[in-house]
Amino acid sequence: MTDEKKPKKEIKPTKNPMPAQDPMERARNFNEVALGYSEATVIDEAKRCLQCKKEPCRQGCPVEVEIPSFIKLVAEGDFAGAIARIKNKNALPAVCGRVCPQEAQCEKYCTLGKKYEPVGIGRIERFCADWELAHGVKTPEVAPATGKKVAIVGSGPAGLTCAADLAKKGHKVTVFEALHVAGGVLMYGIPEFRLPKAVVQAEVQNLRNLGVEIDVNSVVGKFTTVDELMEDGGFDAVFIGTGAGLPYFMNIPGENSCGVYSANEFLTRTNLMKAYKFPDCDTPIKLGRKVAVLGGGNVAMDAARTALRLGAEESWIVYRRSHEELPARKEEAEHAEEEGVKFALLTSPVEIISNEDGWVTGMKCIKYELGEPDASGRRRPVAIEGSEYLMEVDTVVVAIGQGPNPLVPRTTKGLELTKKGNIVADPETGATSKPGVFAGGDVVTGAATVILAMGAGRTAANSIHEYLSNK
Amino acid sequence: MYKILEKEVFSPIIKQFVIEAPKVAKSCKAGQFIILRINEEGERIPLTIADYDREKGTITIVFQEVGKSTTQLGQMEAGDTIKDFVGPLGEPSHIEKFDGPVVVVGGGVGVAPVHPIARSLKEAGNHVIGIIGARNGDLLFWEGKMREACSELLVTTDDGSYVRKGFVTDVLKEVIEKHGKENIPLVLAIGPQPMMRAVSNLTKEYDLKTIVSLNALMVDGTGMCGCCRVSVGGTTKFVCVDGPEFDAHAVDWLELGRRGGIFRQEEQQAMEHHQCKCGSGCGGAK
Repeated sequence: MTDEKKPKKEIKPTKNPMPAQDPMERARNFNEVALGYSEATVIDEAKRCLQCKKEPCRQGCPVEVEIPSFIKLVAEGDFAGAIARIKNKNALPAVCGRVCPQEAQCEKYCTLGKKYEPVGIGRIERFCADWELAHGVKTPEVAPATGKKVAIVGSGPAGLTCAADLAKKGHKVTVFEALHVAGGVLMYGIPEFRLPKAVVQAEVQNLRNLGVEIDVNSVVGKFTTVDELMEDGGFDAVFIGTGAGLPYFMNIPGENSCGVYSANEFLTRTNLMKAYKFPDCDTPIKLGRKVAVLGGGNVAMDAARTALRLGAEESWIVYRRSHEELPARKEEAEHAEEEGVKFALLTSPVEIISNEDGWVTGMKCIKYELGEPDASGRRRPVAIEGSEYLMEVDTVVVAIGQGPNPLVPRTTKGLELTKKGNIVADPETGATSKPGVFAGGDVVTGAATVILAMGAGRTAANSIHEYLSNK
Repeated sequence: MYKILEKEVFSPIIKQFVIEAPKVAKSCKAGQFIILRINEEGERIPLTIADYDREKGTITIVFQEVGKSTTQLGQMEAGDTIKDFVGPLGEPSHIEKFDGPVVVVGGGVGVAPVHPIARSLKEAGNHVIGIIGARNGDLLFWEGKMREACSELLVTTDDGSYVRKGFVTDVLKEVIEKHGKENIPLVLAIGPQPMMRAVSNLTKEYDLKTIVSLNALMVDGTGMCGCCRVSVGGTTKFVCVDGPEFDAHAVDWLELGRRGGIFRQEEQQAMEHHQCKCGSGCGGAK
């Protein structure tokens, strides 16, 4: 046997780099930063995959995409086969290929990653999804109609995934969306330069092709309630995926000054309402010369990078811990830095100062140092006494997190909530305390990632299907 | 798409639309608002509901042309369609049977949103004293509708060109003096910010409970963006979900006024951009 041993495959130690717009150029436009692999590159990258039998990458994926098998098809040049394989498990591959934190999920478990850089799974997934969008999307098969009706509240990643899965199983699905366009945070939150809105709408169209009805301009909790949907609307089950759409503020003096935005407002004006095209689009956004974004997560990075594109001379991340503790994806923080975003670390404002007309002129900040690790395992920032100083800024964006929007939880009878107002749902099933009502995504977990919300949507869809089958 | 069924022009800048919006009409209550978007490029415009017909499935809005978007809206005609129309938003007015006459005050275009509240208060068994006013007689509308919605109606114009001369606050003061401040359980006022603030200042002297409906800048209108935040009694509130009605005496009027003017320059720029499109002074109609 020994003489039959296969010659050892030569492995490229590094991922094929993602072609991207030049940082200095892209920092001033809203076009997508990452340009995507070519066919030759994607095949080369796919060939790096070891095709391990144990498929460790799949355990890192919240929706368990059949990773090695789709990559094998890519390596063979069968892109149609590959995207079909991806879509067995993932209803939004063009989105996930762009915004999933792969380094903490599939790629984290890649065997190749133990010695070299892991396979660029996300980049390959993105290529396949874009290839399909360019070559015509095939609508998956839909099971025969079951006669059951399901209402999905919210059309973000959780709702869209849940809707797609249920529609494929033959249920009649209606998605209710409060805004004038479907997509939730994918439309209002994540910037165009990271996730083009045309890509989101193409994925939404795929859902419509499955027979999913999407009712925009429909605020559940206002024009109707979850109870009414079930009692009078004829819906057999409801999935709540209303996300984390309630902006937190610092609660420091001066926060209502002119020139202080929540990240939600700042990004919604820019992304959803296209304020960067003002006055061709009617919604304005007003920016000063120097912008401070409070917070260190992905949303903060998005806001800081958006500020540059809107014409700010300086865009600062102001974060009270150090670089190491930034909650943002490493790649996002790097992109921000490359583009010229500056970082004021171990710093936090205690007051926002405004002029006599109420406009922001600066922030009184205090310096921090890192102490002992706290409950989150990160070293706790401790304020340094007497370190206050004035940071001159004329625009402030508060990006310190979001809570669950209360409109639906507050108006649904018998729904158990946490102290923070999140809906209590069984992580295994998505079931809430109310029979027939399921929930998932940020409204349950608090602000998290797109893919986790999609995983929750998938879990709930399976339980809803089971619930309806036994009903 | 939402069809404009009827259009009425009250003055060159004040117009009324009846819009087909059955979902909103079915569930809306007095005091709530809608957000509309004219077209794909449009901004989201919040407007308080002026009337509704549940059977016909219609919502009535009355608006004043103040900027590019409302001017563009005013140029639309019956039969045209509006791209987006969402509601009802905000909390409904608190309606109960009060002990003593309640006073509702509508100034300028504020007469429209005050109307369904006056009607609901009257339907709840209250004696409703209505006060409506405008800069001049030409700008006054819905006198007949208000007379029906209220138990008694007092009309005034700033310049005295119709009925009498005086601000709504002058009339309000007379009403308070006549009935006695201890006998009036509630004053509710809707109109331009300076008017509401003037009402608030007046009733504060009398320590008379006063509710105002605030018109802050908004984007989504569902509590998501916080653009509409206002300090009320030292706490930050969102006009879109906590309001639009608040205790007038607790509102930070200075902050509200400043935040309302954040985009003044941009509004001007939008208006110029809109008007210059054809160069014929069409106001963008072509």
